[in-house]
Amino acid sequence: MKHLLDTQGLAYDDALAILDTADEMTAVSSREVKKLPTLRGRTVVNLFYEDSTRTRISFEAAAKRLSADVMNFSAKGSSVSKGESLKDTVQTLDAMGADAIVIRHSASGAAAQLAASDWSEAAVINAGDGTHEHPTQALLDALTLRRGWSAAHASSPRGSDLSGMRVLIVGDIVHSRVARSNVWLLRTLGADVHLAAPATLLPYGTDSWPVTIHYSLDDALSAAPDAVMMLRVQAERMGGTFFPTAAEYARRWGLTDERLAVVERLRQGTTDAAALILHPGPMNRGVEISSAAADSPQAKILDQVAHGVAVRMAVLHLLLSQRQPDGSHDE
Amino acid sequence: MKDYLILGASILGDAPTDVVVRDGNIASIGSGNAEPRANVPMETIDGTGLIALPGMVDLHVHLREPGREDAETVETGSRAAAKGGFTAVHAMANSSPVADTAGVVEQVHRLGQDAGWTEVYPVGAITKGLGGKVLAELGAMAESSAKVRMFSDDGHCVNNAQLMRRAMEYVKTIDGFVAQHAQDADLTGWETESPAQMNEGRVSATLGLPGWPAVAEEAIIARDVLLADYVGSRIHICHVSTKGSVEIIRWAKERGIQVTAEVTPHHLMLTDELVKSYDPVYKVNPPLRTEADTQALREALAEGVIDVIGTDHAPHPEQAKECEWDQAAMGMTGLETALPAVQHAMVETGLIGWRRFAEITSIRPAEIYGHTHQGRPIAAGEPANMILIDPSAATTVHPGTHASKGRNSPFRGIELPGEVRHTFLGGLPVMLDGELATPRSTGSAA
Repeated sequence: MKHLLDTQGLAYDDALAILDTADEMTAVSSREVKKLPTLRGRTVVNLFYEDSTRTRISFEAAAKRLSADVMNFSAKGSSVSKGESLKDTVQTLDAMGADAIVIRHSASGAAAQLAASDWSEAAVINAGDGTHEHPTQALLDALTLRRGWSAAHASSPRGSDLSGMRVLIVGDIVHSRVARSNVWLLRTLGADVHLAAPATLLPYGTDSWPVTIHYSLDDALSAAPDAVMMLRVQAERMGGTFFPTAAEYARRWGLTDERLAVVERLRQGTTDAAALILHPGPMNRGVEISSAAADSPQAKILDQVAHGVAVRMAVLHLLLSQRQPDGSHDE
Repeated sequence: MKDYLILGASILGDAPTDVVVRDGNIASIGSGNAEPRANVPMETIDGTGLIALPGMVDLHVHLREPGREDAETVETGSRAAAKGGFTAVHAMANSSPVADTAGVVEQVHRLGQDAGWTEVYPVGAITKGLGGKVLAELGAMAESSAKVRMFSDDGHCVNNAQLMRRAMEYVKTIDGFVAQHAQDADLTGWETESPAQMNEGRVSATLGLPGWPAVAEEAIIARDVLLADYVGSRIHICHVSTKGSVEIIRWAKERGIQVTAEVTPHHLMLTDELVKSYDPVYKVNPPLRTEADTQALREALAEGVIDVIGTDHAPHPEQAKECEWDQAAMGMTGLETALPAVQHAMVETGLIGWRRFAEITSIRPAEIYGHTHQGRPIAAGEPANMILIDPSAATTVHPGTHASKGRNSPFRGIELPGEVRHTFLGGLPVMLDGELATPRSTGSAA
């Protein structure tokens, strides 16, 4: 692994290595001194073309807990509006000695273009590109799911995958990089992936994906998922061209109090453990998820946040600890 | 002016013979009648292994001048045309200022004559400023010294059906025709914050790029062939890219509607799978489609449902392509790779022979425009707009060697068959042995 660009191309062994390493990293985060010396002297740049305080501070915390130096570069807006091209920005960061570039960009493919270019030798980590992928989010979701699934089965999460687990992803799939990354990663890990959304929020061409599609959330819930992942509905989608109103969306596609009662009866597999509720945040309480559902004991939303730091530590560790300072890479 | 004796070339792939070019015309065909004239030097060209074809005619290029001389000029685009084997090109109107007045089309026409590497015919805009709101001065452009006959808002679709109807009616009165860039604005999110970026389908679903659905092209073609039928006009469809469009054009032709259609070399060869690299060199409008579409386009071109090749040569400066996909410019160069790409897609596959090749690259485009001196047979007494090509050559595409300023060739690094060796423009070899020679000087007969 030289870069982490997407989960579609992430091999099973690499995915498990990240999850297992992340499990070790969670122990660091609960220690009194939350720091490892692994990346001392390495420089991690957070190159953020979109506002995302949550993701940026998660990466920043991860890099700092590994003792790396962190530089934050916020480049709001497009390269056209700010007057410097991605190429020039990246070459500038490279000249400053970046070992890893964590890039968040509104353009799908920006991370892949950076990795394919000769602009920098740094390891590239995709922190979300347009509506393409957000691989570390999917990895932290998988870490959360794996912990829940193995706890339900009273087994150790280490080395295990998600075989047999049914995960339902609900909402705005078409605009969601989180959904795309989850579909590929969860399938790689052996999960059975279901999607539930109005047809307007599913990409044309989804029929070729290895998933089961529902147009009714109630039908999807009656298929007995072991985990339900609610996606955020962006305010700008509520204008009436994708669905009529936020109220109709909540009635038909939201995890309402009535549907929470259904989810409360769901069990993981044949165990007695309750099904899991996930949300990548930030939540629109009352739209895609009711307050009761968000605050339910089944909701793992804050675990997801904690796991985000651990997963990003694992990714930085695995990408950088095998690299020579000149950018070459040990296999 | 010298005379030229071409020895042993194969006209349209027939048995080798000799061709004499004299005073701008083909003087004779056949061996043994090539006596030099007194006081006129005769240069001999070895035509062994070469095929003689009528000079290619491209109804669809972007020469960027006036306004974007950093991307291309009429001079550099004309050189690219000569190297590519084109003896006439038609320059689309999306320059800056737009070619929507007599002044601009006369400027482009004169720059073409001054360059002298190929014949440059400006295409006039249908609507003022390509704005899609009011008609441009079509009559003034037709009556100008550029004598514009082809009108197109290419790069933009004429979305307003009433305006399209009136444009088709109006050009009848000035003996012109309309060429439509078929793209429904709403279905492609045009002028919105997330305009279509690539073909909509399996690949776009995964890449998370807004899709350009096939139906956005097909719906406009269906509307426009019905309008053409209704008002009794003819219509030319630019860069057809989908299987569904082929079916609509086939239906329209069977009903006797006066529709002609064009396809680009890149849509015959390349698919949206290439977009997985996110390399903006593959960003083009209409977008690269699927394997099923390229197959349907090839068959339609062989059968005659699609009439002509148009390159949609669209050079861009490096920075317009070396950026994020959604900010990158749309378009690919095409003049210097057209013959190899079409030979690869159509001839090597056995779908067509060189006779049909001449029809789709020269004879039909000249007929559609109404040229009487281009797209002519290679026969005694005909104007010598002619190329000699080496079909057995195999060349790897290196955009850096192109005469065009554009380096945005989607074929870079690919080995393609066929090479244009000589280009005769009105009897003058503007390219000899694969190298640009001498341009035609201003004032000589067109």
